[in-house]
Amino acid sequence: MSESSANLEYIQEKLGGRVLDTLLFRGDDIVILDRAGLRESFRFFKEDSKLRLDFLSDITAVDYWKKKEPRFEVVYQVLPLRGGRRLRVRVPVPEDDAVVESLTPLWKGANFLEREVWDLFGISFIDHPDLRRILLYEEFRGHPLRKDYPVNLWQPRVPERPVEGTFVDERSRNKLLMLKQALGQKN
Amino acid sequence: MKADSQELPLETMDLQMGPSHPATHGTIKFNLKLEGEKVLECDVEVGFLHRGFDKSCEQVTWTQVIPYTDRLNYASSLINNVGYALAVEKLIGVETPPRCQYIRVIISELARIFDHLTCCGMAASELGAITVGFYMIEARELVMRIIESLTGARLTVTYVRIGGVKHDLLQGFAEWVSQTFKTVRKLLNDCDRLLSRNRIFIDRMSNVGTISQETAVTYCLTGPILRATGVNYDVRKAYPYLVYDQLDFNVPLGSRGDNYDRFVCRIQEIEQSMRIVDQALQKIPVGPVWIDDPRFVLPEKEKVYNSIEGLMHHFKIIMEGVQVPPGETYFAVEGGNGELGFYTVSDGGGKPYRIRVRPPCFIAMGAFHEMIKGYMVADIVPTFGMVNMIGGECDR
Repeated sequence: MSESSANLEYIQEKLGGRVLDTLLFRGDDIVILDRAGLRESFRFFKEDSKLRLDFLSDITAVDYWKKKEPRFEVVYQVLPLRGGRRLRVRVPVPEDDAVVESLTPLWKGANFLEREVWDLFGISFIDHPDLRRILLYEEFRGHPLRKDYPVNLWQPRVPERPVEGTFVDERSRNKLLMLKQALGQKN
Repeated sequence: MKADSQELPLETMDLQMGPSHPATHGTIKFNLKLEGEKVLECDVEVGFLHRGFDKSCEQVTWTQVIPYTDRLNYASSLINNVGYALAVEKLIGVETPPRCQYIRVIISELARIFDHLTCCGMAASELGAITVGFYMIEARELVMRIIESLTGARLTVTYVRIGGVKHDLLQGFAEWVSQTFKTVRKLLNDCDRLLSRNRIFIDRMSNVGTISQETAVTYCLTGPILRATGVNYDVRKAYPYLVYDQLDFNVPLGSRGDNYDRFVCRIQEIEQSMRIVDQALQKIPVGPVWIDDPRFVLPEKEKVYNSIEGLMHHFKIIMEGVQVPPGETYFAVEGGNGELGFYTVSDGGGKPYRIRVRPPCFIAMGAFHEMIKGYMVADIVPTFGMVNMIGGECDR
């Protein structure tokens, strides 16, 4: 992994201390960034006239439990829409302070993607407008894509939740009751 | 309110549409804030079909993930298969023989035709053009028969393998495809005559669900939704994979970014896909469809039963899985709805360490409130139809 591409050298030169490492693996440019000043780094990627990485393709995370320290890595994929090399940005995040700056001010599409990372990994995002669970439900306990979450764990049953503003038809319930009474059953 | 005021009081209403609504083919819930029939706010709730794709993939071998990828976008499962196989092959660092690459292009494009016909047919029939719906389903059925005879299944195909495809094309495949395309073109021509000057259809689609170029880019949209706004981004052209750079095709672009442009983009892409398949079937070379490497490819049954090496390789691949070197790659293909990316991480074993799918329609649902804001409740139906949300892919 000693080779390097022009983009990586340029990023290393411009961002200096924020770049922890650069890699070239199977032709992919990879930058490992410090999470301090992350949004500014991405603003640089987006607005720099040479890079123009103006399209955010994906945000996800990987849990390297007992394999790497810090434990998590948030992974971003960006690309220039006018054509050119993709860039992958990896940001190490420690377990006890799993917080990253949100990219929603730069790309609104980061909203759903960051919510998913929060939902499945429990990594929260500063300045995210609406950090709720997205694929799972509110009462879900734990974050299932963490490696220490067992695959066969059962979740507690959730009681029916009254939703404000929902119209509940009581008549159908009464009908059932009447039917049961007519048949001589107890409730 | 003053007594002499002529205006009626405005009251907003909260309406929950879904999760199982007859006009939204898929389980999704819209929490709407309405003013009369106008949508003021729309909060999209997804995840009703979440079944832990990523977590399940970490429990099985690299090869056993392929059936799971079928269940992502089940309208174009062949593209998912191809994308996953290409991602793993990139991680291993191997390239399949030319014939295999051509076969993968052909099946990807057949799946794209299938996907677009499903999407457009359903969207049209939801707007009352049920004849068009039937015509497109008929065309889809013809394409599906090709896929069925080739793979043995209609939706969950599992045709592609790491390092090749399950088996070669059938005898007389090219003639069958060209016969089918003749009928598909005729049916699409009929649909065009039914729709393109149809007042009801155009009124419901044109200038509805409009999204600007900047909004589409900032919401990370890809596929026909992005191209309908005029942004020329197609993974097949921008980052050519397989043999797409040797084939001649155009990327249809829209200009206004409304539902009608999305519809037209999809219909034109069907035509382009048929062009690609025709060319690929002419250019396809003869040769093997598997890479020549016993570490990744199951040996023939004859070798398994008659030689110790064959038996050993068979045992190793079945019991331990294909051994993928440590590393990580991201590989994107152009799916039916946009950029379908596979981010794979390996720690050097027979099982994936992490598999992440970039689901194009999940990201498109993130921009749905922007598309529908200010329109009527009834406009949700065509807009949602043209986003083509597939629950299996959106919720994983």
